[in-house]
Amino acid sequence: MRPILFLAAAAALSLPVAASAQTNPPQTLRIGIADDADALDPTLSRTLVGRFVFASLCDKLVDIDAKLNIVPQLAQSYRWVDSKTLEFKLRPNVKFHDGTALDGDAVKFNMDRHLNMAGSTRKGEIGGLDHVEVIDPLTVRMVLKAPNSPFLAQLTDRAGMMVSPKAAVAAGANFGQHPVCAGPFKFTERVPQDRIVVDKFADYWDVGNVHLNRVVYQPIVDSTIRLSNLRAGSLDMAERIQPPDVATVKADPKLKIEIFDYLGYNGLTFNIANGSQPRTPMMKDARVRQAFALSIDRQAIVDVVYNGMYAPIAQPVPAFSPFYAPEVKPAGRDIAKAKALLAEAGVKTPLSVEIMLPTTADQRQIGEVVQSMAAEAGFDVKIKATEFVTLLKAQADGDYEISLIGWSGRADADGNIYNFIHSGAPLNDSKYANPAVDALLEQTRAETDVAARRALYGKIAVQSNLDLPIMYLYSQKNLIAMSTKVGGFSPIADGLIRVKGLTLGQ
Amino acid sequence: MRSNLGVRIAQILPTLVLVSIMVFCLQQLMPGDPALVLAGEERDPAVLAQIRTELWLDRPLAMQYFHWIGNVLQGDLGFSWRIREPVLNLVIAKLPVTAQLGLMAFVIAICIGVPMGIVSAVKKNSFWDYAANGIGLAGLSTPNFWLGIMLILVVSVQLGWLPPSGYVPLTEDWRQSLATTVMPAFVLGNALAAVLMRHTRSAMLTALEQDYVRTARAKGLLEIRVVLRHALRNALVPVVTLGALELGTLLSGAVLTEQVFSIPGFGKLIVDAVFNRDYPVVQGVVLVTATVYIGLNLLADIAYVFLNPRLRNA
Repeated sequence: MRPILFLAAAAALSLPVAASAQTNPPQTLRIGIADDADALDPTLSRTLVGRFVFASLCDKLVDIDAKLNIVPQLAQSYRWVDSKTLEFKLRPNVKFHDGTALDGDAVKFNMDRHLNMAGSTRKGEIGGLDHVEVIDPLTVRMVLKAPNSPFLAQLTDRAGMMVSPKAAVAAGANFGQHPVCAGPFKFTERVPQDRIVVDKFADYWDVGNVHLNRVVYQPIVDSTIRLSNLRAGSLDMAERIQPPDVATVKADPKLKIEIFDYLGYNGLTFNIANGSQPRTPMMKDARVRQAFALSIDRQAIVDVVYNGMYAPIAQPVPAFSPFYAPEVKPAGRDIAKAKALLAEAGVKTPLSVEIMLPTTADQRQIGEVVQSMAAEAGFDVKIKATEFVTLLKAQADGDYEISLIGWSGRADADGNIYNFIHSGAPLNDSKYANPAVDALLEQTRAETDVAARRALYGKIAVQSNLDLPIMYLYSQKNLIAMSTKVGGFSPIADGLIRVKGLTLGQ
Repeated sequence: MRSNLGVRIAQILPTLVLVSIMVFCLQQLMPGDPALVLAGEERDPAVLAQIRTELWLDRPLAMQYFHWIGNVLQGDLGFSWRIREPVLNLVIAKLPVTAQLGLMAFVIAICIGVPMGIVSAVKKNSFWDYAANGIGLAGLSTPNFWLGIMLILVVSVQLGWLPPSGYVPLTEDWRQSLATTVMPAFVLGNALAAVLMRHTRSAMLTALEQDYVRTARAKGLLEIRVVLRHALRNALVPVVTLGALELGTLLSGAVLTEQVFSIPGFGKLIVDAVFNRDYPVVQGVVLVTATVYIGLNLLADIAYVFLNPRLRNA
């Protein structure tokens, strides 16, 4: 009897203490996201999954469309008054979830909050902003410190999200626990690691295009399990499906998949002058890096690892971007030239080099493909699979020779290049410094004409393919799987799921 | 016994202090920089510096430890760096989830392991014995995550019998709660069932050869009464110890199982925290887990006394 008492006591302990009665209404969309979001505060947020949730909670001043054009959202229109002044006409009758109105003062409050709040991760993004002028309740002007054409694109993401000043002041640093924005859905509940629930906002400015009553975001880290949940009917949509699983989705009559363009890239970052480790021939001599690059066939990597689904590139923006320079094409594989360059550099082969890469199966496979291709040119490639956070630290500290790492991408090309190759920039882990490239990069920021900027980016790509701080390998695709019941999905290259316009059939 | 118990309780405090120091130091040995994770993709140097100051990462390790442990002693486990919620709230929300899962796994393990052990011992060297041993070996050798994924694919995707995720607390909807936890509990209990089976078997084999069993049989008692009342009761003492110790193993098994079945419990909390270098959460969870583990061992000691009257006067 007594062991039973012991068990009964343990059973009593196991009764969950907190329960939030929750039955989902009809038209509830369940989305599987690849991780749990961080703080749901646009000023503090730093994760991609957080942006998925913001896509339903927080509208932005401007958004991007499928062709990466910047289109109005909370702003009705925008114009450059001069090269340093950006004017927004706000949409009238926009309300935050707490019923307060969006006006010029609210926009000023939000930009000041991004700039001044402790822990703000937006500060760097809008660092070019000098001040905001409220012209009238529906007109604001953002005055920049210097001409800065990429500034507008920053407002298509979290920097352009508007939160209720009243709620933000009341909640202080805890605002992220109960965000109040002006998006189509309002925050209802969050159970960390389990779900984030948002409900339709009846006073939304474009409520006619909101067809769902509730959206539930469920973090499921493993993509295979995320897909299994979708197949079992526990989810309606799942983001970031892995390329090998595309066939499974296509074979399932209850599912469909959207495969569409991606803003980022994956590439090999070469350590040129970062850290205190002894400088290897790869670090010292651009010819050695060029030889390495010539030994690699990008198309072969894409074919072997991703069934040809991705596109090889030799610049940091994908081919559909208005900033893509078509004249800069990936060089073909040329082993003879690679060997000649190594001989010219006076390098004794086989030359031992080390590639640091994340522990995921596909990245390891890329490492192995590179290893076998580079061997033919005289490189003895060692692969060092490293847990991602450790890899980031090693890369920042310069404790690596070559690092295989990607970038999620930004709508404006500046977000894919400036911080990575401008001397002294925070993401320049190569510690590459070329004054000519720096000058070109500065010119791209001052120039507002897209064609002129594209030409400048083309020049930068040509030079950076010679110096090789980064060898761009390929641009990925967004892969979002969903039930056939889901309709109205609009594929936008940032990969986010815009819930406005989505429908859920029976 | 009372003095023994007193000594055991007195040992708890220094053990916990050691645990707190170890967990604090261990994660400092972990490679990677939490500030780099927290600063986001852009890694703005000003943001990095601000984070280091705000989270005391720029102070000496000893200062960081005393700052943390001082707060812990006042009941404040700090706040999660990642989601900015108090660690105590997270722990309170997650502990019952994992406790429910662990308990269900334990019950499943007992329901499978103990009867199989008994049958295997009573029918020694028969087909039943070999079959039970074979199943036990398979149970021990099957990795949790593999079994979990297989169950999801077969039971949820192919057959559509049980949901692969969507945990809700028992108090909210007990049917949904049990439906979402029965597969993970089976996965978690599976290895423990095998261990319990093997130990029950060997303890029963020893017990069945004892004089008191022979005496019981000589008295003409029914065989089932001899086995369950006389042999099993004595055989259970080491099994209970093992069961209590294995409850700790269940907690660690929950780490993987909760990931596979998206159960928002302790295991998922700590895995996410480790990958994101969310130190306060890791520290808080390990400290609470250690306390629970030590508590369970103490309970096992007390349970001995109930099962074995001779220990009451020891």
